[in-house]
Amino acid sequence: MTFRKALTGLAVLLLVAWSLAPAVWQLLTALKPDDQITRVPTVYLPRPPTLRHFEALFSRKPFGTYLKNSLLVSGAATLLAVALGALAAGALVRTSERVRERGLLALLALAFIPPILLLFPLYEAVRALGWLNNPVALVLPYALLNLPLAVWILESGFRQIPRAVDDAAALDGLGPMRRLVRIHLPLAAPSAVTAAILVFIFSWNEFMLALTFMTRDARKTVTAGIASVTGSSMFEVPWGQLSAAVVVATVPLVVLVLLFERRIASGLTRGAVKG
Amino acid sequence: MPGELVGTGLTKVFAGGARALDGVSFRAVPGRVLALLGPSGCGKTTLLRIVAGLEGATAGRLTLDGRPLDGVPPAARDVGFVFQSYALYPHLTVARNLALALEVRRVPRAEIARRVAETAEWLGLTDLVSRRPAELSGGQQQRVALGRALIRRPRLYLMDEPLSNLDALLREEMRAELKSLFRRLTATVLYVTHDQAEAMSLADEVLVLQKGRVSQLAPPGELYRRPANLFTATFVGSPRMTVWRGRSDGRDFLSGDVRLPLPAGLGAADELCAGIRPEDVEVGDGSLSDGLGAELELAEPLGDRTLLTFRVGGLRLRALTRSGDPAPGRGVRVRIPVAKVHWFSAATGDRLG
Repeated sequence: MTFRKALTGLAVLLLVAWSLAPAVWQLLTALKPDDQITRVPTVYLPRPPTLRHFEALFSRKPFGTYLKNSLLVSGAATLLAVALGALAAGALVRTSERVRERGLLALLALAFIPPILLLFPLYEAVRALGWLNNPVALVLPYALLNLPLAVWILESGFRQIPRAVDDAAALDGLGPMRRLVRIHLPLAAPSAVTAAILVFIFSWNEFMLALTFMTRDARKTVTAGIASVTGSSMFEVPWGQLSAAVVVATVPLVVLVLLFERRIASGLTRGAVKG
Repeated sequence: MPGELVGTGLTKVFAGGARALDGVSFRAVPGRVLALLGPSGCGKTTLLRIVAGLEGATAGRLTLDGRPLDGVPPAARDVGFVFQSYALYPHLTVARNLALALEVRRVPRAEIARRVAETAEWLGLTDLVSRRPAELSGGQQQRVALGRALIRRPRLYLMDEPLSNLDALLREEMRAELKSLFRRLTATVLYVTHDQAEAMSLADEVLVLQKGRVSQLAPPGELYRRPANLFTATFVGSPRMTVWRGRSDGRDFLSGDVRLPLPAGLGAADELCAGIRPEDVEVGDGSLSDGLGAELELAEPLGDRTLLTFRVGGLRLRALTRSGDPAPGRGVRVRIPVAKVHWFSAATGDRLG
């Protein structure tokens, strides 16, 4: 038994190392002076650690603005996706079994469309509407691309709520909208938080649309911002600054996930059990 | 006095074709409790949900104080519903659970607070108002569910097996509390239950449902004394009535080796059923006049009384005796008081005479 336990511990350790190694390497690179980054034999720990790359990053690029743009776009897309998703899920959960199953499958089919196929039509639409460099051009696609996911998660959360509670609320005088806001969402909070976090992460990490639609520096989100970090010449790659940029872009997500970790865990298992 | 509910020919056919209700008519009047009694699947909960507006009837009419309820949404029907599962809001405190219906109706805050306090006191929940449902015992949750209906002071109370989730001891206690509560209410109460004892003790009138149809609508006493058909006869009364199937030779009823004299004016049915309540059977020794020879098969002590199962002339008969009586041994005789036998047509199950 102890042997098995040790083996399990080892496996977990390996998994953690495997998952964390790239992130740790990125952080170490961001803290190394330039000459230690590419030196052979490899220098593992920065001696001494330096914040020079971070300073350079923020002085050369409006990185604070990128972060702010990302926060705005991702936040708005998340709110929109969860709000629309809750409306759809609230309706689906109270329809007949047949309608619900078909609706959910149709949504799943939508989620299979590769976003790259949408790039050209979306670009044409955004240009025609004059939304280039307008955050709405990112908020709407992000929210809608994630809507199937949000509906699936919320629907499985809403399905846990006993029918009688719904009936009681109807008798107490709550209409469908008020039931959604005052009964369904609070009771399915783990699902709502899970959906929100997943949409937020997707929006935060999205690169292709952000790079295409946001051409002005002041409107770029953090992923597009990182791509614009270049060296002073064509042949110089500013590894230190790039690593610093990646760290800065990742930290908000990590903080967010740790903050809601408990709720996500219970939200994900809820969805899993229900099937 | 408002709250008179009249149902006429109510029928409910579900999408799959299942007929849950079939032409049910009834009248419930203020200040009185109408119990809907029947085994599970008889349509009693469906009937309650139709009255609440949570379900639509396929056919039939429903009026409250003379006004039709068709198309009136649940919230506007002025009904207080107590769910079998309580259906409390888990994320709200007891006080908010009680207050929600009033908040939605924009009752002034001070008035809400007053009524919450009053209702909580009525139900002995005063110390629990800031707790959430998960922190309450089953009995306390049950009271909150009751309070949520009471606080609205509706014209009509609809209760769907409110006591069935409680353990036996608590159920009896709450039954008595409900009884005294109902006495204070001036509203109409519809009370769904599958427990005949609950229906008998709480209701002024009982609607017995069998497979979506009205089996009998009568006060509890009459239900017991003059069951209208075999279904009601065997469903109401505990322990169950013994039913013998047999035929008539014009003067006597014959079943197995048993011959019972038939009362006059039963009609001409040749196939009939005799219903004998265990508590009507007399048990004695050889000295019992015009008794039947019986063989004891089983004795079930029930405390103050004992339920005896006999074989009599090839038939099974159940009798209830006082436990103090000496246990019957050899030569036991049973007597069936002919005047207390219930007669039914074997073909239709309807009462004869």
